[in-house]
Amino acid sequence: MNVLDIARWQFAITTVYHFVMVPLTIGLAILVAGMQTAWVRTGNPRYLAMTRFWGRILLINFALGVATGIVQEFQFGMAWSDYSRFVGDVFGAPLAMEGLIAFFVESTFLGLWIFGWDRLPKRVHLACIWAAAVATNVSAFFILAANSWMQHPVGVQLVDGKPRLTDIWAVLGNSTVLATFPHTLAGAFAVAGTVLVGISAWRLWKAKADGPVFRSSLKLGAWVGVAAFVAVAVSGDAQAKLMFQQQPMKMAAAEALCHTEQPAGFSVLAVGDVSQPDCENVKSIELPGLLSFLANSDTSSKVTGVTDLVGQYRAKYGSTYADGTPIDYVPMLPVTYWAFRLMIGFGVLAAAGCALALWLIRRGRGPGRWFARLALFGIATPFLANALGWIFTEMGRQPFVVAPNPSGVDGVWMFTAQAVSGKLTVGEALTSVIVLTLVYGVLAAVEAVLVVRAVRKPVEAAEPDDTPSSDVFTFAY
Amino acid sequence: MNLPVLWFCVIALLWLGYLFLEGFDFGVGMLLPVLGRTDTERRVLINTIGPVWDGNEVWLLVAGGATFAAFPGWYASLFSASYLPLVLFLVALIGRGVAFEYRGKIDSHRWRRSWDTVIFLSSWVAAIGVGLVLTANVTGIPLDAHGDRVGGPLAIVSWQALLGALAVAGFAVVHGAVFLALKTSGDIRERARRLAVKAAPFALAPLAAVLLVVQFQRGSALTWIPLLLVVVCAALAVHRLLADREGQAFALLGVAVAGAVVTLFGSLYPDVLPSTVDPANSLTVAGAASSSYTLTVMSWVALFGTPAVLVYQGWTYWVFRKRIATTHIPVA
Repeated sequence: MNVLDIARWQFAITTVYHFVMVPLTIGLAILVAGMQTAWVRTGNPRYLAMTRFWGRILLINFALGVATGIVQEFQFGMAWSDYSRFVGDVFGAPLAMEGLIAFFVESTFLGLWIFGWDRLPKRVHLACIWAAAVATNVSAFFILAANSWMQHPVGVQLVDGKPRLTDIWAVLGNSTVLATFPHTLAGAFAVAGTVLVGISAWRLWKAKADGPVFRSSLKLGAWVGVAAFVAVAVSGDAQAKLMFQQQPMKMAAAEALCHTEQPAGFSVLAVGDVSQPDCENVKSIELPGLLSFLANSDTSSKVTGVTDLVGQYRAKYGSTYADGTPIDYVPMLPVTYWAFRLMIGFGVLAAAGCALALWLIRRGRGPGRWFARLALFGIATPFLANALGWIFTEMGRQPFVVAPNPSGVDGVWMFTAQAVSGKLTVGEALTSVIVLTLVYGVLAAVEAVLVVRAVRKPVEAAEPDDTPSSDVFTFAY
Repeated sequence: MNLPVLWFCVIALLWLGYLFLEGFDFGVGMLLPVLGRTDTERRVLINTIGPVWDGNEVWLLVAGGATFAAFPGWYASLFSASYLPLVLFLVALIGRGVAFEYRGKIDSHRWRRSWDTVIFLSSWVAAIGVGLVLTANVTGIPLDAHGDRVGGPLAIVSWQALLGALAVAGFAVVHGAVFLALKTSGDIRERARRLAVKAAPFALAPLAAVLLVVQFQRGSALTWIPLLLVVVCAALAVHRLLADREGQAFALLGVAVAGAVVTLFGSLYPDVLPSTVDPANSLTVAGAASSSYTLTVMSWVALFGTPAVLVYQGWTYWVFRKRIATTHIPVA
């Protein structure tokens, strides 16, 4: 193993792990804020109980998300210093903005919300969770703007061999981020909705005592889950159409489409080895014309295949690295092909579960034991869909770390192989990937135990005591 | 003043915010088993920083982000050269972060004691890590012409850097004890005050030492001023503490941190990251800065963002201004 491979594994492990916590926080923060708003407006103790119950799960999850987020910011400089030097003029700005505009608000107001139950007026306390929840979403925007620039560099000019920022609004208004942001947000709400459905269904079946609380939660979660799926599909379609133009290789790799086809069918499943770009020995079940439609909104249009794209890429971006080794322009086809399909598949499963839940609880019915169990396992589906989506989009960009923009910006791209820190030793890289993976593994187990315990706890609906004379805090660590 | 110099100052300011704020919450963690004799006492200590420690930590994240945006080469060289120390530092920050939130979630003696140990150890490791890397940055690390480290994984560890590590850890202990004297009442308050007074001469000595080292190695006549300010304020802080004026002592320590940061960054200028191999390899404010367009954009963001942060973080401290005693702690 070389440093490059280890650094890539580390980035993949830490990022995918971090992104287990992130979508739940993004979606659940807004939902909890909504629950608390309902309580403040109606005074109904059911909504307070919901706020408390889901708020606790939100915080357990948030803590680990924050803790693992710091690694993300440091990692660019630590392991990818040549990348940082190359893109710094552009890429650092959205990261710094995220910290200054969003993350400060998020962490400060969440602290106020956690400890403020008996120390702040009701409405001010409510405003704190909204501030934190909105900041979480704003934070996602800046991070996605940075990522989108790596997918589709805009707003820059090549000066002295490096991209120089010329238009920050082009970076923040990148067509890629405008498609990616709603897609990621919708994915986050699919996660939050499904978590609500899974846990509520289990609680409804397990203990009838808190029925109204979990009935409301289940209903809310299911509607959110279904609505999020519609948004995921619409935004995903827009994103895919964009990617066919911005990174044709990624989309050809998503399909393992070897040769240019007109019209091109969408491969639902493939039998055989999709790793060979020549497509021998692959039998695939296809929906005719669908890929053409996905790419160009036209069932008879032409979609360029991997083999033709390789030629185009070589002509445009060179065929060897500086040291003479040939550049492999084809992403790992089994990964892109299956990640893309499984992303869609798990997303559909999650949405189907939410829709089924709505049908099962119609007119006061209970979800039943079989669904309670199924829903509990179903919680995993939107998480998997999110992770696979990221694995697809990042692996599909390889061998580039900054993918070239085929129109508009000239000369700005970077290969992943050139991005890694030059003097990093295998020993250092191995040490960090092993240490971080072990720590993350232990914390995953701890978080799982704590979430399970939080899920089993009876709900609390006691009004917080906000009389100043009270001496004992409602909440303390 | 031109934009690169302005951003050099902004980054110094972010470090100041970070050392001042997280300095005391590191200190609280470092003193957890010393000042917290019972579980309730330890909960008092943790709750003095409970609502604010996360906001304090963001100052470091923003300092990192701002360095990336304003001086990409500085960020790239410093972080890659300090790889292993930073991994350890990150693990400590991860441990601290989850420990505060997770500690009270299970009602078991062993569970809470385990997280107490995590808070204690990680606070020490993190404070030492910050001191090590910051001092290495000021006194210089072996960099080649490309900005990469020359030498092995521990090449940034010099005797100056180790002294700086002690300095930040020692300062955090005193700062944390004064903060606790200010934020608690009853027995803990008295013990924290006594500890701060007793520890100060030993714990603050490395800080004075490392500032003198930096002053003699790189300082100018002007940087003597903040350096003397540090010494005077630290001495005055102990004096005010003896007079039971914790608030004044805390404020004086704040001025001392400011003096220390000005001494460090004032001596560092015009470099941002000196090379100990060849001065020609040093990264400078002018040479490592981003384009003026990027710095202009960032300046607008900072112009509106920073005052807002100060206002709402200040408000947080106001909301949680009450001293905490064991009687405030609810039964788990």
